[in-house]
Amino acid sequence: MKLTKTLFATTALTVVAGTALTAQDMANSMTLVSWGGAYQDSQDKAYVKPYLAANPGVTATWDESSAEAVAKLRAMNEAGNVTWDLVDVVASDAMRLCDEGLAMELDHDEVLAAAPDGTPASEDFGDLIVSDCFVPQIVYSTTFGYRTDMVPAGVEPPTSVCDVFDLAKYPGKRSLQKRPIDNMEWALYCDGVAKDEIYDVLGTDEGVNRALAKLDTIKDQVVWWSAGAETPQLLADGEVFMGSTYNGRLFSAIAEQNQPIGMMWDMQSFDLDGWIVPAGLPADRLARVMDFLKFATDTQRLADQAAYISYGPARASSAPLVGKHADLGIEMAPHMPTDPANASNTHIYDYEWWADNRDDLDAKFQAWLAQ
Amino acid sequence: MNGFTLTPVEKKPLSFALPVIGAAGGVAGLFVGTAHGSGLMGVIAGAVLLMALGFVALRVLGLGMEKATRWGIIALFVAAGVLLAGLPGFILGGLFGWFFSWFIFWIGEGRYRASLPPYLTGGQVLWHYAFWILCGAIFVFLITPILVVIPLSFNAQNFFTFTPEMLRFDPAGYSLKHYRDFFTSSGWQQALRNSLAIAPLATLLSVSFGTLAAIGLSSEHVPFRRAIMAILISPMIVPLIISAAGMYFFYSRIGLQGTYFGVVLAHAALGIPFVIITVTATLVGFDRSLTRAAANMGADPVTTFFRVQMPLILPGVISGGLFAFITSFDEVVVVLFVGSANQQTLPWRMFTGLREQISPTILAVATILVVISIALLTTLELLRRRSERLRGMSPG
Repeated sequence: MKLTKTLFATTALTVVAGTALTAQDMANSMTLVSWGGAYQDSQDKAYVKPYLAANPGVTATWDESSAEAVAKLRAMNEAGNVTWDLVDVVASDAMRLCDEGLAMELDHDEVLAAAPDGTPASEDFGDLIVSDCFVPQIVYSTTFGYRTDMVPAGVEPPTSVCDVFDLAKYPGKRSLQKRPIDNMEWALYCDGVAKDEIYDVLGTDEGVNRALAKLDTIKDQVVWWSAGAETPQLLADGEVFMGSTYNGRLFSAIAEQNQPIGMMWDMQSFDLDGWIVPAGLPADRLARVMDFLKFATDTQRLADQAAYISYGPARASSAPLVGKHADLGIEMAPHMPTDPANASNTHIYDYEWWADNRDDLDAKFQAWLAQ
Repeated sequence: MNGFTLTPVEKKPLSFALPVIGAAGGVAGLFVGTAHGSGLMGVIAGAVLLMALGFVALRVLGLGMEKATRWGIIALFVAAGVLLAGLPGFILGGLFGWFFSWFIFWIGEGRYRASLPPYLTGGQVLWHYAFWILCGAIFVFLITPILVVIPLSFNAQNFFTFTPEMLRFDPAGYSLKHYRDFFTSSGWQQALRNSLAIAPLATLLSVSFGTLAAIGLSSEHVPFRRAIMAILISPMIVPLIISAAGMYFFYSRIGLQGTYFGVVLAHAALGIPFVIITVTATLVGFDRSLTRAAANMGADPVTTFFRVQMPLILPGVISGGLFAFITSFDEVVVVLFVGSANQQTLPWRMFTGLREQISPTILAVATILVVISIALLTTLELLRRRSERLRGMSPG
């Protein structure tokens, strides 16, 4: 028993050191946690299926629990029974899990593959490595879509995020995410605050009230959503005229489902999604998951993922490899949030500012909602 | 209603019949008017139209022409429906026309009193029908959400939307693709297999333990019967989320969390109360002298149980088992805690699917589950009737 433990410990060390391992040291099943839907499908097709094909005898199980990953990992940790091997979370959740010690800290250059030209992973991912525990996969954005057939006659279709706040020109319901993030920034921006001053203004009580006052002007026309599938559903139903959601959901509704919906990229809010490895995995499972992680986040795999969903790969070296949609055959690059034409006016969401102010603003936002 | 007349019918004065008919027309007009933009206009138009129709039918044409008048009214409504909404209007118009052509004569000729005793006052008659309408409204309220799901599951689009094609009854608006998706997707099929592997075993455990517990608890000499019963029934009373959280931490410590057998045990615990309750209820009608008679003739308790007691309480055992099966088959909270991704059941997949991607595949699965539930409950009802017949409680 003692010997096996020592052996496992050494294997764990060799993994971290990035040395090649024999298959015997690795567990042959993995539980991967993701968001379900088209996004999980894209992961499945771009790197899980190819990995399983290359490693016969290994199985992977999906658990669609990313939405409650933080709570579940806490409970698993408390019960001493971590059943997940690799968890897909948004950047802010990764930061929280890292701070709480629930996610493992990684040396990106050692555990991840370098770019084909030899650029180390940490430079290839660059600023997107927002936490030591976080391996970014994709850049997505929260942005607006609108019903093209509900644009009032004789009016130009909306192009600016401030059109969301313009009930006189564009009457109708809007759907917004039920949280202060993004909504407060858009409100201030449309109330005339310069883009680089948004967080300074939002840091004061007057600023918060100013943002809420701006949101007040459309409050009775807002349908609040909490799951990414809701806005596409509301738009398809014609229940709302415009609404915010993740850009990939809008792409899917427009290009794959042929819904009469138009994209608005103005002031799209960038965010990151990526993997974390839960802390405290047994050595054999850790070895397997590290092997998978290295494969799944290499340059080619991240570029492959973009053939199934319109999210930008997190590696700089993947961007030139982005090709056509796997089924529709359309070029994917123009549908990426990172495409220069789409990213002419973007909102850079400030993780650190929100990490410090989230609780306070959540309380104020909820109180305002309940008014 | 009963096919014979309790009270002779007599023609009602128009001063009574027309306002009642008008009110009914107003209610119907409210729906049509709301659909076309103005509820108030609909109410007024509906009331006026129906009063006019009532006047023509009852006074101008009269009882002698009833059959022709009724067909005329139906034709009128169908024509109006087609003008307003095409094919769906044709069907709705036909239904409205059929109802009102019957309703005008039913009110106008005083037929509504026929099945009621002659001594009832006007208020009592009104209450009698108001009660029926109230019951009907509650029924509609309960059943509509289930009925709406069924046509939506044949949607040709990937949204929970009645598309214009569907409302026109255009075959292109309908498809079986969500059913195909369910039967071909490995995720859904795995979930179905998990559900089918977990539910029967959980049912078997609940039935065995529940029946034994019920028999034990209904003998007179067991001490603390009520307290034990209360503890066994508690999974039904304690909020599910509390049982689930407790099971999660307990099962984690003993290594059952995330295993197939853990989920089976958890579901068995949830199913046992149903079996205890139904079997206890059946045992009330069980004649204990039969077991004594069997013992008297030399049968040991096990033989007595299987040869004498079990056949007689079988309907209770089976209905308890069906409840336990449905509990396990429909349960989502406990499995989310106690299960891991390898034990994803159908309700688990529906739950996550509904949150992350609103896909009509869930509606297809829901429709299939509704059909299964109806089949199981029908079986249950047939068994209950059989049991009553066997015990001589109902004529048949």
